Amino acid sequence: MDKPELKNFTKPESIKDYPVGPSFSGGHLVSVNSGWRTFKPVVALDTCTGCYRCYLVCPDGVIVKTEAGKVAVDYDFCKGCGVCAHECPFDAIEMVKEDLQK
Amino acid sequence: MMHNHKNESVFVSGDEAVALGVRLSRPHVISAYPITPQTIVVERLSEMVEDGSLVARYIHVESEHSAMSAAMGASSVGARAFTATSSQGLLYMAEGLHYASGGRMPIVMMNANRSLALPWSIFGDHRDSMSMLDSGWIQVYVEDAQEALDMTIQAYRIAEDSSVLTPLMINLDGFILTHTYELVEVPPQEEVDSYLPPFSTPNKMSLEDPKSMGFSTSPADNMEFKYQQHKAMMDSREVIKQADKEYAEIFGRSYNGLIDCYQCDNAEYILVTAGSVTGTARVAVDSMRSKGIKAGVLRIRFMRPFPEQEVRNTLAGAASYGVLDKDISFGYEGTMFTNVNSALSGTAHIPRGINFIGGLGGRDISVQDIEEMFEALRLCPAHDYTEYRKNRIRFVNMGVSIHE
Amino acid sequence: MLLYLNFQNTVSNIATGGNMIKVRWLGRGGQGGFTASRLLGKAASLFEGKYAMAFPSFGPERRGAPVLAFTRIDDKKITDRSEFDSADYLVIMDESLLDESAMTSLSSEGKVILNSAAPQRYSSLAGSRRIIALDATTVALEIINRPITNTAMFGALVAASNIVTLNSALSSIEAEMKPAIAAKNKDIVKKAYDLVKEMIDG
Repeated sequence: MDKPELKNFTKPESIKDYPVGPSFSGGHLVSVNSGWRTFKPVVALDTCTGCYRCYLVCPDGVIVKTEAGKVAVDYDFCKGCGVCAHECPFDAIEMVKEDLQK
Repeated sequence: MMHNHKNESVFVSGDEAVALGVRLSRPHVISAYPITPQTIVVERLSEMVEDGSLVARYIHVESEHSAMSAAMGASSVGARAFTATSSQGLLYMAEGLHYASGGRMPIVMMNANRSLALPWSIFGDHRDSMSMLDSGWIQVYVEDAQEALDMTIQAYRIAEDSSVLTPLMINLDGFILTHTYELVEVPPQEEVDSYLPPFSTPNKMSLEDPKSMGFSTSPADNMEFKYQQHKAMMDSREVIKQADKEYAEIFGRSYNGLIDCYQCDNAEYILVTAGSVTGTARVAVDSMRSKGIKAGVLRIRFMRPFPEQEVRNTLAGAASYGVLDKDISFGYEGTMFTNVNSALSGTAHIPRGINFIGGLGGRDISVQDIEEMFEALRLCPAHDYTEYRKNRIRFVNMGVSIHE
Repeated sequence: MLLYLNFQNTVSNIATGGNMIKVRWLGRGGQGGFTASRLLGKAASLFEGKYAMAFPSFGPERRGAPVLAFTRIDDKKITDRSEFDSADYLVIMDESLLDESAMTSLSSEGKVILNSAAPQRYSSLAGSRRIIALDATTVALEIINRPITNTAMFGALVAASNIVTLNSALSSIEAEMKPAIAAKNKDIVKKAYDLVKEMIDG
């Protein structure tokens, strides 16, 4: 699954720039969600068996299959809900407290 | 503040205050379908029925159309009925509203004022209830959670009065009132029982006195029934005032009847409002007064029956008046503005009026926005007629430029 | 991360007269920011005989989305329900929400109560008494094993502001929460309260 396309969105300045009725081009996002997390999922690749259960249950679709037959997390869009860690049958995912030093 | 030591003080939302008022009113039947931002009302009521503190039949229906139908069924056997809704739900039960009022069923319903799709919006404005003004329901707009609780009790008293027998809709601003927490005094059950007698009506199915109910009419009789409804609604004005007066005697709180004025007595510029935005307007009035500008706010409590005499008398001496509508009848003007203007029709001197359309879809209305409205009212009497007419309908606090 | 907070940018308080206190709570969905705003309102109105109003900024509710809540407290009835952006106290429950735009919602005399994983970053500003930083997440994790910081921030605000007494704050927790969780949350309030009092007085 590809990363969502990020498009810059600027609020209209004039009423003429509003679409006619609530209808607009689709298929993109306008911001990343990485700032929402307190904890982030870290996958222990040695333990991961590539069963893809986390890939299936992630509500935001931010876990991707890698060429090595394992998984990786798209940290731009992961919100840290922890469902993947909870569901992993092999305890290969740990929720680690995010350090917010920027 | 109330000094009744038997009152319980609680810190609750507008929705919770309605639920508390409903429990005190001892309804027999509650038909419920949830919709944001009314959900807390029906959820609290279900908890109360579950824990036994409210003895009522709670019917969880599958839609708002059914919620109104179930309430009508209950009312038609002489049961006191309650339901609640908002926005899309109110419109879904629209034909039921006319059924209930035409059937002279004194159902009480809480409506959480919320915008109507499209665009889809969960946020508050008055478009839902204002679009149902012709449905034959008495409509009151409350300002705070205390009034919401008090009016729930008064609603049954007014609706069930034998000269009225008309359903009543209590409107609370979505989120701004339904989900805002404030201090409320809850009166004791015994006092409410002394104020609100049990429901009694001639219009009920009965084995002892069988009735034919909900029949149709030919052109020969329809207008007579409609005239009756209109007369009952007109007569309800006195009942409303009396209900308020007696409520004050027992509970110590009065809301001054059909309208509620703040600083209108010597006001030159009066803003007409409905609902909780009035609270913000009061602060703006104080601010204008401190600058020497004689501002006042006229809160319309009941949109139906419309307090045309009170509105006319209050606005008569003003230099100009504004009407803050959280609604717009597309292609013309805001609904309250239309109603107010009609009340002034025929008077010797009609002050200039400006319609401020604001708050649609939950757009914030600030103290500053209202101060700017008063400023516009101050300036408009001096404009020439064409200039005034061109700018008579103004959209407030728009996020973009709307000029060509 | 801001190491220097520009207080000069803050909007000066529009004088409304009277003794109204305005608190803005900034957090993420699921952190209990709105509950905290209600706890403060409840403490002031039910246990100190004042008037209070508490409400959230109404927007889509999802775990993780920014949540803004408001508390007004006054000696007389509060009628204004509009959102305010000139707060006497700005409680930031999630450090990632601290930025220049958040700071513009503070009055010129306003104070920030901040939940930070590294409060010592702000010690250079502690002298100004304008910012009080504490690690509320750790306080919560240690007592209830979850990073729900609302009651810790409530305790911190009470200590920093004296808007209500500690007793009223604890009574509010008892009145609002079920007995099973009220006890531990009272401990959280007390711990955060003591932490902040020590910071201010110590």
